[in-house]
Amino acid sequence: MSEVLVLVDHVDGEVKKVTFELLTAARRLGEPAAVVVGAPGSAAKAKDALARHGAAAVYVAESDEAADLLVTPKVDVLAALVGSAAPAAVLVAATAEGKEVAGRLAVRVGSGVLADAVDLDGEGVATQSVFGGAYTVKARVTTGVPVISLRPGAVEAEESAGAAAEKTVEVPAVDPARAVRVTRREPVTGGDRPELAEASVVVSGGRGVGSADNFAIVEKLADVLGGAVGASRAAVDSGYYPHQFQVGQTGKTVAPQLYVALGISGAIQHRAGMQTSKTIVAVNKDPEAPIFEIADFGVVGDLFQVAPQLTEEIGKRKG
Amino acid sequence: MNIVVLVKQVPDTNSERRLTDSDHTLDRASADVVLDEINERAVEEALRLQEAHGGEVTVVTMGPDSATDALRKALSMGADKAVHLSDAALHGSDAVQTARALAKVIGTVEGVDLVLAGNEATDGRMGALPAMVAEVLGLPALTHARKVEIDGTTVRVERETDEGVAFVEASLPAVVSVGEKINEPRYPSFKGIMAAKKKPVATLGLADAGIDAAEVGLANATTTVLEVAPKPPRSGGQKIEDAGDGGVRIAEFLVAQKLI
Ligand SMILES: Cc1cc2nc3c(=O)[nH]c(=O)nc-3n(C[C@H](O)[C@H](O)[C@H](O)COP(=O)(O)OP(=O)(O)OC[C@H]3O[C@@H](n4cnc5c(N)ncnc54)[C@H](O)[C@@H]3O)c2cc1C
Repeated sequence: MSEVLVLVDHVDGEVKKVTFELLTAARRLGEPAAVVVGAPGSAAKAKDALARHGAAAVYVAESDEAADLLVTPKVDVLAALVGSAAPAAVLVAATAEGKEVAGRLAVRVGSGVLADAVDLDGEGVATQSVFGGAYTVKARVTTGVPVISLRPGAVEAEESAGAAAEKTVEVPAVDPARAVRVTRREPVTGGDRPELAEASVVVSGGRGVGSADNFAIVEKLADVLGGAVGASRAAVDSGYYPHQFQVGQTGKTVAPQLYVALGISGAIQHRAGMQTSKTIVAVNKDPEAPIFEIADFGVVGDLFQVAPQLTEEIGKRKG
Repeated sequence: MNIVVLVKQVPDTNSERRLTDSDHTLDRASADVVLDEINERAVEEALRLQEAHGGEVTVVTMGPDSATDALRKALSMGADKAVHLSDAALHGSDAVQTARALAKVIGTVEGVDLVLAGNEATDGRMGALPAMVAEVLGLPALTHARKVEIDGTTVRVERETDEGVAFVEASLPAVVSVGEKINEPRYPSFKGIMAAKKKPVATLGLADAGIDAAEVGLANATTTVLEVAPKPPRSGGQKIEDAGDGGVRIAEFLVAQKLI
């Protein structure tokens, strides 16, 4: 069985959930081989988790440069492995960085690339959701080793024992003229809430929330539901909530079990990021707000009355 | 500082966007097309850098004849000249082919120090084209910038992604993609619009740009679409007026749906 290379998404060896989703999808195509590119010591930390999720092999590509240079070391290592291991496919997470790795790798090795797949079958056919979920597209790579990025949260991760046999690979030296050096990082501190893209409940606030302080109302409802907090672009532009929580066309795409929209009008660009949610609940004081066209349950009313009452009611029911 | 800005005409996100039944490519006839908003920000950033460092700003696009409108918009904002790669053979080109073709066009512009682009188009969401162009050109790719600074031959960028902010730097020439929060693009002035009409727009065919027809187009694409299915539009459900118990009513709905 051919190997399927999975680029491990990790921070200093702390493996992100999407990696397990990639390993699960990889098993449909062949034998998953995890590729850890990072600072020395990363793979040792990551190994157990990778073994639990079916990694037959772990390629260890570690160096200080691998951690300090942006994207390029990952492309270099994967390109070398595509040459030496002749994999059936390369899978990466469809994050900002992963999409870049995938695109550049395809250019480098002369392959085709499919971005942001929401599913992948055993024949290498990827499902994509385009124009904010208006279309479902099935596509495949026809040239070279398929390179595919998978949307976080789209495939359910399943445990499966793997040998996780370590193989050390070299991180090629990067030409200084092409290198992008990271001089400092300010990581996002997510707090206790689940990640927006992976949460099963998302509670979002819009311009109607009115201020950064008032976003506490949105957060309290999200917390009692165990959900993530999102925001419309208008709320972000008004400085109510940070940019990385923006949902929509130019923000995150979410598809939770439950999406609650508070004080959001439901502009087409906002809907593009949330309309494939399983159940949508909206609170808006304007009965004509377009969000009601797609809401399974809508309340025409003041969010400052309705949302705290809902938070309290859920709290009561939970006991 | 000579800057090339890559721009793209996309279907307006305010209109319904469709794929054609015949070959699953974008149905350009069905939607209003506009200069992608993120590209306006890339043009704006180029103009600000030009104000500080001098040089020329060239906008480059690949697309059908109508894409000239996107170029004119960029020129009316203040860019100096434009290059339009337009050839029927390009129809249906995929991301890898597009990156290679754009790299060739950038190669026709002399003395390029910086290539600027939007981080992600609203119609494709590949989110990687600028980096792919950099890969073809052998240049560093500094993507998702919320701030760009030029210091001699060094470019410094604050890169904002889900992971947080990374402060990154590289040597020029380089490719930089900008994010949504980088700036507010200026509106073209009346004077700018008039001046744009006289600015040079070079239209290149494949041969002019040195592109082999076998490298581009649907027939030579590296990926293929097997099937396209429109999702049925979502319809609204229950809508109630809040009579003082709106929160309780939602909780009851969530219980009925087994969501709590
Ligand atoms: C290229 C492009 C990309 C875009 N990308 C995105 C994107 O990614 N995400 C996004 O969200 N938008 C995006 N937009 C912007 C989008 O068009 C809308 O402007 C935006 O979604 C509006 O946000 P909003 O609903 O919070 O604000 P508004 O449209 O101003 O709506 C506020 C709503 O709050 C209601 N309200 C006010 N007070 C209360 C109250 N006390 N109780 C209850 N309801 C109240 C009002 O009735 C109103 O409906 C994009 C636009 C463009 C052109």
